[in-house]
Amino acid sequence: MTHTKRFPYLFIAPAVILFCIFTVYPIISSFILSFQEMEGGQYVFAGLENYKRLLNDSIFWTALKNTFLIFIIQVPIMIILAMVLASTLNSQLLKLKGFFRVSFFLPAVTSLVAYSILFKIMLQEEGLFNNLFMMVGMDPIPWLSDPFWAKASIIMAMTWRWTGYNMVIFLAALQNISEDLYEAASLDGAGKIRKFFYITVPQLKPVILFAAILSTIGTLQLFDEPYNLTEGGPADSTMTLGLYIYQSGFEYFEFGYASAIAYTVVIIVAILSFIQFKVAGDDK
Amino acid sequence: MSTKINTFKRTVQSLQIRGQQTKKASTPKAKFKALWMYLLLVVFLIISVFPFYWMFVGATNDSSKMFTNPPTLSFGSEFMTNLTNLNESIGIARVMFNSIFVSVLYVVIALAVCTSAAYVLAKFEFKGRKFIFTAFLLSMMIPYQATLIPLFRMMSDLNLLNTYFAIIAPQLCFPFAIFLMRQNFLAFPSELLESARLDGASEFRIFMSVVVPSMKPALAATSIFLFMTQWNNFMWPLVVLNENSMYTFPVALSSLMGLSYIDYGQVMMGVTLATVPIIVFFLALQRHFISGMLGSALK
Repeated sequence: MTHTKRFPYLFIAPAVILFCIFTVYPIISSFILSFQEMEGGQYVFAGLENYKRLLNDSIFWTALKNTFLIFIIQVPIMIILAMVLASTLNSQLLKLKGFFRVSFFLPAVTSLVAYSILFKIMLQEEGLFNNLFMMVGMDPIPWLSDPFWAKASIIMAMTWRWTGYNMVIFLAALQNISEDLYEAASLDGAGKIRKFFYITVPQLKPVILFAAILSTIGTLQLFDEPYNLTEGGPADSTMTLGLYIYQSGFEYFEFGYASAIAYTVVIIVAILSFIQFKVAGDDK
Repeated sequence: MSTKINTFKRTVQSLQIRGQQTKKASTPKAKFKALWMYLLLVVFLIISVFPFYWMFVGATNDSSKMFTNPPTLSFGSEFMTNLTNLNESIGIARVMFNSIFVSVLYVVIALAVCTSAAYVLAKFEFKGRKFIFTAFLLSMMIPYQATLIPLFRMMSDLNLLNTYFAIIAPQLCFPFAIFLMRQNFLAFPSELLESARLDGASEFRIFMSVVVPSMKPALAATSIFLFMTQWNNFMWPLVVLNENSMYTFPVALSSLMGLSYIDYGQVMMGVTLATVPIIVFFLALQRHFISGMLGSALK
C-alpha cells in the first residue's frame, strides 16, 4: 500500500527535479540578473539601471519594431495562405490530395539553419532569384542589402517554411467539421460565403488561436533566420529581440542587460497571449 | 410560399451536386473549378519543392554555378568534390555522429522522463498534482531565451561547456511533451488499471506491460516531436559549444557561412546532408511525423 502511495511521486520526481534545475532556477536567476550589473568582476545590484538603459537604447527599439513588423505581416499572410490551401485540399473535386499535403508539409521538416542558409544563397545579389527575374526581363532586387527587402526576405522565407505546417493543422480541423452543419445551413438557404463565415470560421477558431499563439511565441523568439539569413542587417534592419539577446549576452557578455531584454520579451508574450485568448474566447 | 419552394428546389439541386462531387467533377462548372484548384495547388507545389531541387543542383555543382545568368538548373558533376571539401571543413562523420547521438540520447531520456510524469499526472490523485501541472503549463509560455544566460553560467561554472550533457540537459523535462502524453493517458481506460491492480500487479509492472504497449502511436509521435526539437536546436548548442569536434549540424552549417571565403558548393552539400535524412525519415513515417509535429492540434 505504501508502495502504491509513493508511486506517483517516484514517477514524477525526475521531471520535477529537472524542471526545478533547468527551468525554475534559470527563470528566477535571470530575473535577479536583470537588476544587476558587472562591477569589478562581480555582479552587484543596480536597481532598474538595465531597464532604464533599455528605454534609451535605439537598437532595442529597432529590434522591437522589426520583430513586430515581421510578426504583423508574416503571421496573417501565412494563416490566410494556409487557410486557402487547406480549404482547397478539403475539396471533394480533387485527387492526389495526400501527395499535395505531404509536399506542402516538406518545408516544415527542414532545419531552421539549413533553410535559412539555402535562402541566403538563393537571395544573393547575383543569386538564383535575381537570375530568374532577369530571365523574364525584370530588374534584380537587392534582397539582402536593402533594409526593406531584407525584412521581406525573412518574411518570405518564414512563410515558405511554416505555411504547410499550419495548413495541415487547418486541414485536420476542417475535416472534423460535421457535414451535417453545412447541410443544415444549405437547407436554410445559406450560400458558400455565408457558410464559410458562419460555420467554417467559428468552427476553426480554437485551431486558428492555437496556430496564432504558437506563431506569436515563435516570432518573438525569432533567432535562427535573422542570424543565418541576414545577420541582423543591413544596418540593424532585421535585428530581432532574439538576436539582440544573443548579441548582448554572448558577443558583448552583458548578462544583466541581456536578461533585462529577455524579461521584456516574457512580458510581451504574456500580454499578447492574454489578448489573443480574450479576442478569441469571448463568445465561447 | 414561392420563395420557400425555390429554396427547397435549390437545396435539392445542391444536394445532388454534393452527391456527385464525392465521385467526380462531371459538370462543366465543377470541372472548371477543379482545374483552377489544381492550378493553385501546382503553383504552391513548385514553390514548396523547388528549393529542395535547387539544393541538389547546388550540391552537385561548383560554387560559381550558383550565380550564373541564366541560372544553372541541372545537376553537375562536382558531387564528390563538394563532399570531400565539406569533409575537410567540418568533418562530416563527426558532425553527423554528434547530431544523431545527441538527438537519439535526448529522445530516449526525455521520453522516459516526460511519459512517466504525464502518466501519473493523468491517472493518479496525489498532493501537489494540480500545482505541478499548472507550473508545467505556465512554463510553456516563457520564451526559452529567458533561461539562456543562467543556463550558460551554470554549465560554465560546472565546467560542462562542450559536452553532450550540456546540449541535452536543459530540455529533458519538456512540458509540451508531458502535455501531449497526458492527453493520451487521459483517454486510457482506468478500469484496465484497476483490474490489473486486483490481479496483484505492481504499479511499475502495470505501467510497463499494460499502459506503454497500448500507447505506441502516441509514443512514436512524441518521439518524433522530441527528435525534431533536438535535431533543429541551434541557439543553445551555439552558446555551449565552441570546439569544432562537438558541433552539431546546425552549428557546423552556420559556421561554414562565417568563413571569409565561402565555398557555396560545400555549403549546399552540407545543407543537403542535414536535410535529406529528415526528409527520408518523414516520407517513411508521414502519419506519425505529422501528428508528432503538430502535437495536440490534431486531436
